[in-house]
Amino acid sequence: MSVVTNTTTIGAIEAPSRRNTELALLAFAVAIPVFAYLNVGLAIDGKIPAGMAGYGLGLALLAGVAHLVVRKWAPYADPLLLPLATLLNGMGLVLIWRLDQSPRLIATSMRLYDSFSPDAPKQMMYSAIGIAMFVGMLLLLKDHRVLQRYTYISMVAALVLLLLPLVPGLGSAVYGAKIWINVAGFSIQPGEFAKIVLAIFFSGYLMVKRDALALASRRFMGLYLPRGRDLGPILTIWAVSLLILIFENDLGTSLLFFGMFVIMLYVATERTSWIVMGLGMSVAGAVGVASFASHVQARVDAWADPFGCADKIDACDQMTEVLMSFGSGGILGTGLGQGNSDLIGFAANSDFIFATVGEELGLAGVMVFLLIYGLIVERGVRTALAARDPFGKLLAMGLSGAFALQIFVVAGGVMGLIPLTGMTMPFLAYGGSSVIANWALIGILIRISDTARRPAPAPAPSPDAEMTQVVRP
Amino acid sequence: MNKPLRRVAIFCGLLVLALLLRDNWLQFVRADELSTHSSNKRVQIERYANPRGNIIVDGKPITGSADSQDPFYKYKRTYTDGPMWAPVTGYASQAYDANQIEKIEDGILTGNDDRLFFDRTLAMFTGEKKKGGDVVTTLSGAAQKAAYKGLGNNTGAVVAIEPATGKILALASTPSYDPTSFAGYSGKDEKAWIALEKDKNKPKQNRAIREIYPPGSVFKVVTAAAALESGKVTDINAATETPEGWKIPLSTKPMKNHSGGCANASLNEALRISCNSVFAKLGDDVGRDKMVEMAEKFGFNAEQFTPVRSSASVYDKKADRGGNALSSIGQFNTATTPLQMAMVTAAIANDGKLMKPYMVDKLVAPNLDVIKQNDPEEMSQPVSPENAQKLQQMMENVVSKGTGAKADLNMDGVKVGGKTGTAQHGEKNAKRPYAWFISYAKTAQGSPVAVAVIVEDAEGTNREDISGGGLAAPIAKAVMKAVIKNRG
Repeated sequence: MSVVTNTTTIGAIEAPSRRNTELALLAFAVAIPVFAYLNVGLAIDGKIPAGMAGYGLGLALLAGVAHLVVRKWAPYADPLLLPLATLLNGMGLVLIWRLDQSPRLIATSMRLYDSFSPDAPKQMMYSAIGIAMFVGMLLLLKDHRVLQRYTYISMVAALVLLLLPLVPGLGSAVYGAKIWINVAGFSIQPGEFAKIVLAIFFSGYLMVKRDALALASRRFMGLYLPRGRDLGPILTIWAVSLLILIFENDLGTSLLFFGMFVIMLYVATERTSWIVMGLGMSVAGAVGVASFASHVQARVDAWADPFGCADKIDACDQMTEVLMSFGSGGILGTGLGQGNSDLIGFAANSDFIFATVGEELGLAGVMVFLLIYGLIVERGVRTALAARDPFGKLLAMGLSGAFALQIFVVAGGVMGLIPLTGMTMPFLAYGGSSVIANWALIGILIRISDTARRPAPAPAPSPDAEMTQVVRP
Repeated sequence: MNKPLRRVAIFCGLLVLALLLRDNWLQFVRADELSTHSSNKRVQIERYANPRGNIIVDGKPITGSADSQDPFYKYKRTYTDGPMWAPVTGYASQAYDANQIEKIEDGILTGNDDRLFFDRTLAMFTGEKKKGGDVVTTLSGAAQKAAYKGLGNNTGAVVAIEPATGKILALASTPSYDPTSFAGYSGKDEKAWIALEKDKNKPKQNRAIREIYPPGSVFKVVTAAAALESGKVTDINAATETPEGWKIPLSTKPMKNHSGGCANASLNEALRISCNSVFAKLGDDVGRDKMVEMAEKFGFNAEQFTPVRSSASVYDKKADRGGNALSSIGQFNTATTPLQMAMVTAAIANDGKLMKPYMVDKLVAPNLDVIKQNDPEEMSQPVSPENAQKLQQMMENVVSKGTGAKADLNMDGVKVGGKTGTAQHGEKNAKRPYAWFISYAKTAQGSPVAVAVIVEDAEGTNREDISGGGLAAPIAKAVMKAVIKNRG
């Protein structure tokens, strides 16, 4: 597929576009969840699940549309991102559908709300909206550099999104965390979208200010200390993160935004001192908040000794259930549909869906999922490396860094590596905001990777050069 | 900007690596600990996910599994004649775990045992549902019924053993409980459980094997065996040099008898009328060490596993001379389970050979293959055949002419030997005494059954009327009769 684009001696022979590779991988990304769906059906009912054809076709259709749009409007995009996201989304649907079948969760729902509605169809709809968002992203955003223009609008938008849940009447606290808003019967987690908008703001801001932040500094004890006025932004972000932590009870989002900012700051300025400062501020903030916020203390207790406090604190009880889920899975797991991860009860298919992976697919399955996530992050970082403009570099890095931090915070939380925070596993967990926002994130990464891998525009034909080569009669 | 980018890429890689390591720690290193953790409901869920195998008596199950229509535990355990069989089966409760056979053979009953691996694999291919195997017991329904009915409203226990094999034929304990009443996990089950826990009559206590009682006079057969085995007595009808009111060593108190005629009574006569003085003196003559040795050969001072664990019966190894003399007549520190006394009786009835008592005959896979067959096993030979026959002669004397007359079966060709006991206990013997009776039946083909009966507290009986011969002997008789009749 390589195309020689001009006739000069400096040939721009480009990397192949790899669209067919993407299509082949997509076939697997659809086939694997379809088989998993069949597996769950056979394990639970002993027969082929009725919705299999519809489900398979739906997933294939979404993947097909996404692929065609990429083929047409982003032909040089990274070939791995779309199949990996499709695979995760498809497996997420299977896991959510599997938990929908749990008689225990149905019974609990009937007892509490007198009704039960399966989540898988809703997630299917959200996935469709997510793919629509992805398509829209590619169609509307012909060049990611356009986003630079909206640097300060993004800042305002991000702050609004982050603080929306605190607006009385709009925000709703569910189990302590105020991270949802209710709009027209839907509950939305604005934080998921804020992640992307904030990355745009940081990229635009840092691209302009990077020199000032990197160079105008005093050296003190081996560290470059920035000037007071340059410290402003990092202090602001730090303060906003703490506000989220304190008023929205959302440790994960707070950590995610601050971490993303520090990473981008480091990449923009190439100054290690920012990392040191960032770490120092995180520790100070975390210790400060933990010392007076009871819900943070409860989370820390649940992390330190879940079995010791299981009788007293709900968070501990849930943590023990999650740990036992992982432990019972063992190396190969119980098999899809044959575990008891529904014992976790509340949020089994959203915040704790990774425990179902752990129990039913075992150590092997969890490692596969972690590596898939790792691969997405790696493709994102590669995109950042390949990007030719600093804005694109920063944006791609910010988005993939945020993605990596989110994986770490969620998976580390449910596996007891770090204190638990209420966040969703991208693509796997049930939740509209999460799926839609993450598809948008993948859309932007694909757009940047397309620009990065696109053949360099041909140099303007030089009449002189032509003259030396062509002998005219 | 590429240098920091690469560093951040490595950092992201480390994050994923940390997650991978943590996951290996969780799902590989700690997997066993977590999957069998006491608060892990999966163990219980798995136990009741499929119909459990059954516990079988006389070819018929005495347990069952009912579909409980419950999202947590699919099946619920049911029991036929629960209170009667509870000392045998134990219980399997969704809320309160399981015990005894239900717990010990849980692997077979749930079908999870490794020995059922082949069955499980086969079932996987044929698409059959997983089923548990069965536990076939050695018990006899007729004997158990006779024992349980005989005990009636009294507090007590009965153990019957087939002397030639050690097979347990009856294992009853009263008051009992119905394991069905708390097999589930509902509020009703909880109430039933709490009521049982609080009941001061301790219905959940398995008195047949887990309670130790002072044996009183029934222990005299052990002392008699020791006297014969040590050679202190060779002729059971020869007079012993025992004064009436024999003085207990290291004490100023003379040993008193309840009946007259104990002065210089022969061993045979002393057992018939249950002379304390004669046996206390014999125990003293034999000496503590020999007495301990004899008692331990019969199974004292050790737990027995039938496979359900029994408490260890006690014969004091460190008693002084006076204590040993008192121990020899079943007082002082001597304490025994009903199972232990049944073993003593069985050994004597089996011409001195003690067979290991057991109540699980075989374990059967769902496809009826025998996974494990328990065969009779010799435990020890406490007395020689000649001495055993002398003991039999003496015990038969007790029944035909002595205190055990109420146990006589009056059947042609069946000889019955026994010994009564009325064990006083409590401070200054203030509590109502225990009524003991041990006996065996014997035909020309050998002995089909040996029984030990204890009636702890017979309500409505005058204190003076409590006696082994009066209260316990009829129960033993009923059990022996049931076994012999059942044999045809």
